[in-house]
Amino acid sequence: MSRFRSAAVAATLVLLAGTGAEAGKLGLGREALPEEVAAWDIDVRPDGQGLPPGRGSVRQGEAIFLEKCAICHGEFGEGAGRWPVLAGGQGTLKGASPEKTIGSFWPFASTVFDYIRRAMPFGQAQSLTDDEVYALTAFLLSMNDVVKDDFVLSRETFRSVKLPNEGAFYMDDRETTERSFWKADPCMTNCKQTVEIVGRARVIDVTPDDKDKSLKVE
Amino acid sequence: MSEGATKGMSRRGLLAGLGAGAVAAGAAGAARAGGTPDPAIVEKQDWQQFLGDGVASRPYGKPSRYEAHVVKRDVEWLTAGRESSVNFTPLHELDGIITPNGLCFERHHAGIAEIDPAKHRLMINGLVEKPLVFTMDDIRRMPRTNRIHFLECAANSGMEWRGAQLNGCQFTHGMIHNVMYTGVPLKVLLDEAGLRPAARWIMVEGGDASAMNRSIPIEKALDDCLIAFKMNGEALRPEQGYPLRIVVPGWEGNMWVKWLRRIEVGDQPWHAREETSKYTDLLADGRSRRFTWIMDAKSVVTNPSPQAPLRFRGPNVLTGIAWSGRGAIKRVDVTLDGGRNWRPARLDGPVLPRSVARFYVDFDWQGEEMLVQSRAVDDTGYVQPTKAELRAVRGVNSIYHNNGIQTWLVRGNGETENVEIS
Repeated sequence: MSRFRSAAVAATLVLLAGTGAEAGKLGLGREALPEEVAAWDIDVRPDGQGLPPGRGSVRQGEAIFLEKCAICHGEFGEGAGRWPVLAGGQGTLKGASPEKTIGSFWPFASTVFDYIRRAMPFGQAQSLTDDEVYALTAFLLSMNDVVKDDFVLSRETFRSVKLPNEGAFYMDDRETTERSFWKADPCMTNCKQTVEIVGRARVIDVTPDDKDKSLKVE
Repeated sequence: MSEGATKGMSRRGLLAGLGAGAVAAGAAGAARAGGTPDPAIVEKQDWQQFLGDGVASRPYGKPSRYEAHVVKRDVEWLTAGRESSVNFTPLHELDGIITPNGLCFERHHAGIAEIDPAKHRLMINGLVEKPLVFTMDDIRRMPRTNRIHFLECAANSGMEWRGAQLNGCQFTHGMIHNVMYTGVPLKVLLDEAGLRPAARWIMVEGGDASAMNRSIPIEKALDDCLIAFKMNGEALRPEQGYPLRIVVPGWEGNMWVKWLRRIEVGDQPWHAREETSKYTDLLADGRSRRFTWIMDAKSVVTNPSPQAPLRFRGPNVLTGIAWSGRGAIKRVDVTLDGGRNWRPARLDGPVLPRSVARFYVDFDWQGEEMLVQSRAVDDTGYVQPTKAELRAVRGVNSIYHNNGIQTWLVRGNGETENVEIS
């Protein structure tokens, strides 16, 4: 009987522990080992946090790029087929066909390193060494005229790199610049005199089609 | 209608039939009224005479074979390959507010990861008291909650910035779905690891071959984000992040990282590729807004629409969906005359914050040409803008967050087309 009561008390204590507000009170999960964190902790920030030891030159990067990247991105980063263009595009952002490349658009070089390291080459992600990622990043920066051809990128030289478009980014300001979209009483009757059709999807006609054309407006 | 008839009937054929008088009162209906017995009644059908499949034949179930046309579709020219691409929910075939799991649009960056849940781990590291690793069993033992939310790709309607381009709300508005998620509040997990005082941001990262990563401010993470493992009651579909994804209510779909394997806590945002080269809004002056996370109020009429023409004169049901990442839908107005006059639509079913709401307008149609629009209003007072109002502020280079009012032209024969009006 007393043994039963002890078990009941113990169960109550477990329940209380489970509802506590202090950190870790559920007691679920286990502490991550340092080598486990190291295996997955691949992210790199603009301030350089997360950059691994290593180095790579523009020249080394060019060789790797031609072997592993050019098939999609073109030998000069101009893009093959509809795969992304990586270089050029300066001065196009206000125009009708903005070309958003590393040099013309991206605000931070860390993004290049981070993205190559985590996701490239497409279909063989995380197969590159840290030195190869440094070299590829250096090569892409040189193709975008951000660094010279003899540049060597490392954790130490990383902070010297600035991308030209960084200053053009600003925080979401819709609640002020689009304040007119908050309206007390949108018009319900006689809101306009005339209505004209000014554009039609069928003129462009790029809608995917059934084999029997059943989706097409003709 | 037999399967063969459905399959063989092209839309052109259907419309030709309508033009020949079927619209007037319905040819078949008229015949019945005239006294010719309906073969669907007087002839015995196979299914009323012979035994159907037994209970063991469809252990997970599937839609009727006559619904085979209700599928996600993709637009091949949009992307360089299929593994990093998108498909679209057939909104015009659905009703209510819940999207069936099999029809939820997909966006992948390295294809569908097929993950063994027994080998899946979630790691929390960075500015925490104790870096932790959780198994799926650990996560399923934590206090959980159920929430209905929409997930909309920031690029939904992005192909329409420069003008009407695609005939079908599936393509213009189909990068959205709305399901009930079951999961653990992210706060529970972060509390378990213990946030350090400097914690201001988290980075969520996927376990697929794109290792998708996004930064989320800590306030949002602690407010209403979920770590979800079920959708509409069943396990997440592999294409939706099985076994684990993050739910970021009201915010752009790209942040809802699938196949979630790691959360790092930090004091700064990461400026990952998806929040610098993508998902930033390039405005006409050449500058760009970043961290435009919230999806503004938006709506679309799903029926009639180009893939769902009007087929009958007389009583008809107009329907569509509305949603807002800022809160709950308060009202939806509908116009049939291109915005000269509007009427409030009837909201029906649950109207929840950061969830799709369903609206209806019951109307009588006698073959007149109509210009149909819907306009959503949310409980912050935000009114869905016209495309012209949006372009006046944002230009046309924006790609993302196009929540402008959509116009469908319904012609006299019921055929419906994506147009823009003055």
